[in-house]
Amino acid sequence: MSTSDTRSDSGAASRARRNWGPLALALPALLLLVGVIGYPLFTVVLRSLSQPEWGLQNYIWFFGTPVNLVVLQRTFTISAWVTLVCVVAAYPYAYAMTAVGPKARLLLTLCVLIPFWVSGVVRTLAWVILLQDSGVINSTLRALDLGRLRLIRTQTGVVIGMAQVLLPFMILPLYSVMKGIDLRLVQASRSLGASPLRAFFTVYLPLSLPGVYAGAIIVFILALGFYITPALLGGPRSTMLSTLVQNQVLSLLQWGRGGAMGVVLLLATFILLALAGPLMRQKHKQGARS
Amino acid sequence: MNPNSPTRGAAIDLQNVSKAYGSFRALDGVSLHVEPGEFMTLLGPSGSGKTTTLNVVAGFTEVSSGALQVGGRSVVGVPAHKRNIGVVFQHYALFPHMTVGKNVAYPLSLRGVSKAERERRVAQALDMVKMRDFAHRYPSELSGGQQQRVAFARAIVFDPPLLLMDEPLGALDKKLREWLQLEIKRIHRELGTTFVYVTHDQEEALVLSDRIAVFNKGRIEQVGTGRELYDEPKTLFVGRFIGDSTVLRGQARSDGTSTALDVAGQTVTVPRRLDGSDTPVVLLRPEKLAIRRPGQMADTHNRLSGTIAEAIYLGSGSKYEVRLRDGSSAIVRSGLSEEGFRIDDPVELCFAGQDAKLLADDKSADATLT
Amino acid sequence: MAMHPCTRVMLGLSCLLVALWLVAPTLVVVPMSFNGNKSLAFPPVGFSWQWYENFVSNPEWSTSFFNSLKVALIVAVLATVLGTLAAFGLDRMKARTAGLLRMLLLTPMVVPGVVLAIGIYAVYLDTQLVGTLTGFVLAHTILALPFVLIAVQASLEVFDKRLETAAASLGAGRLATFRTVTLPLIAPGILSGLLFAFATSFDEIIVSLFITNPYLKTLPVQIFSSITRDADPTVAAVGTILLCATTILIGGGLFLMGRERRGNL
Repeated sequence: MSTSDTRSDSGAASRARRNWGPLALALPALLLLVGVIGYPLFTVVLRSLSQPEWGLQNYIWFFGTPVNLVVLQRTFTISAWVTLVCVVAAYPYAYAMTAVGPKARLLLTLCVLIPFWVSGVVRTLAWVILLQDSGVINSTLRALDLGRLRLIRTQTGVVIGMAQVLLPFMILPLYSVMKGIDLRLVQASRSLGASPLRAFFTVYLPLSLPGVYAGAIIVFILALGFYITPALLGGPRSTMLSTLVQNQVLSLLQWGRGGAMGVVLLLATFILLALAGPLMRQKHKQGARS
Repeated sequence: MNPNSPTRGAAIDLQNVSKAYGSFRALDGVSLHVEPGEFMTLLGPSGSGKTTTLNVVAGFTEVSSGALQVGGRSVVGVPAHKRNIGVVFQHYALFPHMTVGKNVAYPLSLRGVSKAERERRVAQALDMVKMRDFAHRYPSELSGGQQQRVAFARAIVFDPPLLLMDEPLGALDKKLREWLQLEIKRIHRELGTTFVYVTHDQEEALVLSDRIAVFNKGRIEQVGTGRELYDEPKTLFVGRFIGDSTVLRGQARSDGTSTALDVAGQTVTVPRRLDGSDTPVVLLRPEKLAIRRPGQMADTHNRLSGTIAEAIYLGSGSKYEVRLRDGSSAIVRSGLSEEGFRIDDPVELCFAGQDAKLLADDKSADATLT
Repeated sequence: MAMHPCTRVMLGLSCLLVALWLVAPTLVVVPMSFNGNKSLAFPPVGFSWQWYENFVSNPEWSTSFFNSLKVALIVAVLATVLGTLAAFGLDRMKARTAGLLRMLLLTPMVVPGVVLAIGIYAVYLDTQLVGTLTGFVLAHTILALPFVLIAVQASLEVFDKRLETAAASLGAGRLATFRTVTLPLIAPGILSGLLFAFATSFDEIIVSLFITNPYLKTLPVQIFSSITRDADPTVAAVGTILLCATTILIGGGLFLMGRERRGNL
């Protein structure tokens, strides 16, 4: 019976308040959520089942059209590549953030945060300038007489651009987990005779995995729904699902088909999140222990 | 603050106070009277109800049933912020965004005290805890002991007639704790306010208090001065909680005026009898037990054989844990002049029957030195 | 942990590469913004301020900038108020209920932008909210709300509620406690929520692309359509301005934070 439970038990009058007060505080946000997220998503599902007429026709069309399946598969492939690139790039970077002095850490943090806060459109624009046929990379190659590299409107270009935009989402959770790892554990394993490499693989890596999972899931999910970067950097051979959805609705006015695609994308996202749940929980346990 | 008026504290009166959390009874019919200006300590193991009692008085927790008066008026239903009671917490609870001076001035600002008066009283309160030079520091710049002194100043600056302290020294190391205990005693003397102090440390309770209320399982076992509790414990729990003790158990036989107990094959006799309990036990204080090598004790009535299980050198003497034949242990203290014993030495313990307390057994386990 | 010099060099090198990859590409907009030609081809030719002038004088650009500013300011305030209230509500609820509601309130972060965009577009078509300030504000607010919720919840989590008890013992009622103790201590969380909400709205593009119309365009929409329509270096000028503004804000914020933390130690 510490003094902390004081507010919560001051008589029957406040007990009634306790039940409804908090909900009343959250109510405006919840109403907005229902109106601007819940109802619109419901509309999407509804239209996918009812336009032009009731039935599963839009889903049958989606899964029966090879082009759609190619795009669906490509969306997952590109997202997987982006995630992989992010993990590989973010791991040493996040580790360095925990290992350096405060000044260097500030610099490294700035390098992550500034792009994070600079408008995504501007960053994609920068990639367009860099990757285009008359861009920085190709101009350099031409000047060195090394020929020409096709980057814009290719999957490689899309992956490079997306990974750069999404990298902070990988670095930040990874850093927050690594920051909490007790380095004395690594020292302990070294003192028990483990080689540096072995100490890393048996102690540090497992402890940092929750951060890797958390970052990877966020990056993968955000990549699945990416729209701007593939739209500007990609070409017909690197179209992702989002672009297809936009095309169906805005250009072809096929609300049903666009809706069905959207529902597929939405379901993929939520299934991934559900699968990720246990990994996330593991992260919490770890946090409580350290 | 007016240190010159001796009885400016408020009396507290709890009558049959109970507090239940679901089926758990944190307080089970607690009645306690605290005199104005008294230093009362609520002592007990964790979960015994002492902190709940303090929270009830402070107004942080409402009682489930019973009556509660502070300064002669009922405070049941009065919210904490209207009770005008100072509280010092174990975790200091200083506001981290305010300087020491602002922290101490906080209760005065809430009471609309003018700026000049506020400054004067803050300085006075900080003087009292010897923290005046720190007024412009932030709590995070202070050590634990310094923070607690500021918390103390903040709790007395608005002149509450009653000051509650919830294990205020619990987070500090032993040296600092002992010094602050003396400080708290001094401030109590200077203020004349009623102090109610919660602790699980019986030594601290003995050092500080006018009277001590011993809590166990949501009830008060006994209220009395430290000497009363040590010399005349009413229950085995109190006897064991306050000070070191040896408990002897065994088959008891009572005649008209005395009780004989078979302890580990030897009989001890106490010139008392205990009504209403079939299984009386004998409680002995360490200094009432004499310790000798076997055969050296001539002609005492009560003697027990055993071996030294643990020997601790205290500087002013030694403390021994003696393993009796039935496996129970006894705690003995011996003076510096007396002979020293080593572990596994066979010894005999002797005591005078009138020094032994006869108490009802509450089946609590034996204490050991370690 | 003692590191082998070789490992140290490799780590430093990979860090440098990643940092370059994060920061350098975006910097390419700076030289492009001074291009003498109306082209985004690299390298830029000559030097001119004309694209900055165009940004200021061309109503298409300046109007969209002010639209974004207006929307983002309203959204920042609205999302902060709603998010903070919700965070307090969740804080005082049973853990299970709070967890569930938190998950619901965070969904806008994970729902794929385009799916949300067509849904909102459909609803806005029915309710005539397309191209209206209200429409933009409502959509951006719900997208910004999760950031506020996360920031305020994080600071409520580290807020020591026992301080509220202490304030009560010193004579402060509920309102006084909130004003003098709770609010000042969670203010950093609220402030960072406010900044995040502003940035979210100011940057938002996917939903904006759908619910925009010629009467109300935000800056990202204008940039996007400029990139897809022609190679107008004005976008590079806008990008440079945004880059500078962000750097100053973030850098200044981190600097202040660092100084404050040192002061409190």
